[in-house]
Amino acid sequence: MIDKRHLAAAAALGALALGLTGCSASADASDAAGASGTDAATATSAADLGGMDALVAAAEAEGELNVIALPDTWANYGKIIDAFEAEYDITVNSDSPDVSSAEEITAAQNLAGQDGAPDVFDLGSAVALANTDQFAPYKVTTWDDIADDHKDADGTWVYDYTGLMSVGYDADAVPEPTSLDDLLGDDYKGKIAINGDPTQAGAAAAAVQWAALQDGGSADDVQPGIDFFGQLADAGNFLPTDPTPATIASGETPVVFDWSYNNLAAAADAGGRDWKTAVLPGTALASYYNQAINVDAPHPAAARLWQEFIMGDTAQNLYLAAGAYPVRLAAMVEAGTVDQDALDAVGEQPEDTVQLTSEQTEAASALLAQSWAAAIG
Amino acid sequence: MGRGDRLIVTTLAETVPQASVTPDGVVPTRARRRPAAWWGLTPFVLYVLAFLLLPCLLALGTGLVDGDGRPTLSNLTALGDPVVLRTFASSFLVSGVTAVGGAVVGAVVCWGLTALRPDGLVRSLVDGAASVLAQFGGVMLAFAFTATIGIQGVVTQLLLTRAGVDIFAGGAWIYEVPGLLLPYLYFQVPLMVITFMPAVTGLKPQWQEAVATLGGTSRQHLLRVVVPVLAPAFAGSLLLLFANAFSSYATAAALISQGSQIVPLQIRAALVSETVLGRENVAGVLALGMVLVMVVLMVGYSLLQRRTDRWTR
Amino acid sequence: MSAVGRRTTRGSGPGAASPAARRAALVVIGLVFAVPIAAMVAFSLRSADGTGHDLGHWLALADPENGRAYRNLVEGVTNSLVLAVVTAVLVLVMLVPAMVLVHLRYPRLSRVLEFVCLVPITVPAIVLVVGLAPVYSVVARLLGSGAWTLALAYGVTVLPYAYRAVQSDLAATDLRTLTEASRTLGSSWLSTLALVVVPSLRRGLLAAAFITVAVVLGEYTISSLLNRVTLQTSLVQISRSDPFAAVIVALLALAFAFVLLVVMGRVGSIGTARPAAPSSTSRKALS
Repeated sequence: MIDKRHLAAAAALGALALGLTGCSASADASDAAGASGTDAATATSAADLGGMDALVAAAEAEGELNVIALPDTWANYGKIIDAFEAEYDITVNSDSPDVSSAEEITAAQNLAGQDGAPDVFDLGSAVALANTDQFAPYKVTTWDDIADDHKDADGTWVYDYTGLMSVGYDADAVPEPTSLDDLLGDDYKGKIAINGDPTQAGAAAAAVQWAALQDGGSADDVQPGIDFFGQLADAGNFLPTDPTPATIASGETPVVFDWSYNNLAAAADAGGRDWKTAVLPGTALASYYNQAINVDAPHPAAARLWQEFIMGDTAQNLYLAAGAYPVRLAAMVEAGTVDQDALDAVGEQPEDTVQLTSEQTEAASALLAQSWAAAIG
Repeated sequence: MGRGDRLIVTTLAETVPQASVTPDGVVPTRARRRPAAWWGLTPFVLYVLAFLLLPCLLALGTGLVDGDGRPTLSNLTALGDPVVLRTFASSFLVSGVTAVGGAVVGAVVCWGLTALRPDGLVRSLVDGAASVLAQFGGVMLAFAFTATIGIQGVVTQLLLTRAGVDIFAGGAWIYEVPGLLLPYLYFQVPLMVITFMPAVTGLKPQWQEAVATLGGTSRQHLLRVVVPVLAPAFAGSLLLLFANAFSSYATAAALISQGSQIVPLQIRAALVSETVLGRENVAGVLALGMVLVMVVLMVGYSLLQRRTDRWTR
Repeated sequence: MSAVGRRTTRGSGPGAASPAARRAALVVIGLVFAVPIAAMVAFSLRSADGTGHDLGHWLALADPENGRAYRNLVEGVTNSLVLAVVTAVLVLVMLVPAMVLVHLRYPRLSRVLEFVCLVPITVPAIVLVVGLAPVYSVVARLLGSGAWTLALAYGVTVLPYAYRAVQSDLAATDLRTLTEASRTLGSSWLSTLALVVVPSLRRGLLAAAFITVAVVLGEYTISSLLNRVTLQTSLVQISRSDPFAAVIVALLALAFAFVLLVVMGRVGSIGTARPAAPSSTSRKALS
């Protein structure tokens, strides 16, 4: 009897040990797969790997791609991911769609060395400029189509798309805002939300920058924007919560400062509500997002292939269809590869659109870090 | 029976001349030597060192080094930042209010529970519910309260449609500090029940009889016997509730997606924002501040617990 | 002297209030506490267009078409269940031999052990996680990146509860006599541990295991800030896009934990003398 019990205990311990080593083994196996892609990990262009076909082969050998912070309804990312999966034999794991740009970097650092780490980033400019050592340089085949001030000279990051800052609102719940000051009125009590925390999320930072431009500030000084949101908070109109398609559809966030492409997408998803998008008259704000590859990417070849895909015509036209302006728009118009119907629907970018430079972004970011929490209180 | 007999026969034959009994226990002759006993403690010690002591030191230590790893006290000035001070104040407010509220309501529940059979089903159900809500709730309590008094919550809508009362007329307070009070109370009361009940059940009916025998009234029993005996336990549980609310993160994180109105949320923001703000090690300083508060609270709790133990033995 | 003998032990307690008043207080507070749970149920039964009530959201959870949307949730549930089991095993294997050793051989260390097991309460998870991130980068290199590695951190957070559960049973058991008897009869330490200690502490070990499972299933802080997928983090993620699914799964998880802990309480109370608080004379040495 004693022997049987000892045997059972030993068997259980053995099974546990086997299970644990099995887990480690699978991790080792995927590390091995990653190790064979060391060429891909240091490639700075498709030519380094021997051409696009070699890149595709290497990526499909990896078989998976981890993306982060890409909601399906954000600039048509759902369709872009589907198109990528359809074209290549790669499964896209879309993690944590609702996190901010800063949280993307934190996730990459927390998961460094693991196969769940994000392979690619789509970041607001402030976060991208502050974390360039997290990125691996890579120049896509369409590199020359992109203007010099829309990319990093070494290929560490590159703009992918932009939109216009707008105010989305439920036309049944609130009147149409015609200027920023309208939003301070009683009709909007407890109703106005911005998409994230400006110290972490690009869309929220842009909302503050846009308010600054509309309210007497400039691209160099976003303090009036911070002051405006402080006034909103004092009036009780500011809702300190993240808007999502669910909150818009349920009516919890009737007014949202967000990119035009997001507000347009929300209209389609709004569960019967009359969701309208208003780009307020006056200075418009655009801010490109930045595409970058994780220097510790667990699937480096797939990451680079994704970059190529994003900068390719299919994805850039899908961005346009969502209402965003892709970075290669000018080149595609010239080459005639642009989706003309989508372009007509979106319209041209307004003349006086302001886009913050790198220096202005960093200054604004520092100011926000200092003053935002105190202003919102 | 059979196996036992065989064992006794054989082992007695082998060990009778040689076994010795010492105050420490039997020392068999085929003795394991003393050092071998330490082996039993090593896995635990190593585990605690690696996953408790080391992270603690790292967490608290990062507050005391600068970006290049050199020791410095300059990070501590972050504790004087008005935003941080306001955050600590909010934390204290929420913890204090919910601790007092939870203690009072919890004490009433304990008093009510004395009317139930200690081994009955109802008592088991209440104990189970208390354990679940106190130790397991976190995120799910946040959902419960969003479903109840969120902007689209059941009770909110009922009040709006039936009574015409809009509880959010003054702003959406549920996503700010006041919105934390109700969910926190929801897990504070069960925790009070769990920690205070042993003291309440430790009140012996003999004392009541003794007071009556000595000619005292129920009121005197209450004031002269019950209150002094239960006071340390009540105070200790109050401190524990305060510490629990102060260190609680999950409910607030699930309810409040933007802003850092209480210290744990401030730590969350600091951990994420290190990537942008370049203000390194703020999380470590906040952690240091939190631990200082917790140490004071837990020392107080231990001292009171020792007083309480005297009566619950 | 009519007060003497008037009260029975059951139903007596502080104050002269009748059991009826106490029960009434319980019922009132119980109803107030039931409101959020009832609201969760009512919320989950809202029909899609917001007018009536139906089972639409509950059925949507089982609908295979929504598979892609709930992939994260399924992963979270699986990871959490695995973590619960691994953590329970880890804590029992680590803690119990140490507690038994300290109890039998090194009684002066019992204060130290108690202090160590109280530290995780003083250092809350949110503080611990600040220091866990660098530790886990090393762990990832050594043990791979499976979700189960979180069990190492969870074991520490669960220590106070497990310690208390086992300690109360330990204090009520005269382990010294039992082990001495076992050793006198010639069994080795290993078989003493397996055949005498573990069965005697069965109730405490079971209680520790159950409370570990409950705490692990409900843990959010560490898994969220270390970017791992568990039940709670996937619940928060899905609440952003589908609050109904989140509420339904939360209800199910709460019910599961409730059943677990009630069963633990009932199992624990079988066989002990009343009252539930252990006293030093409650167990005979060789019962």
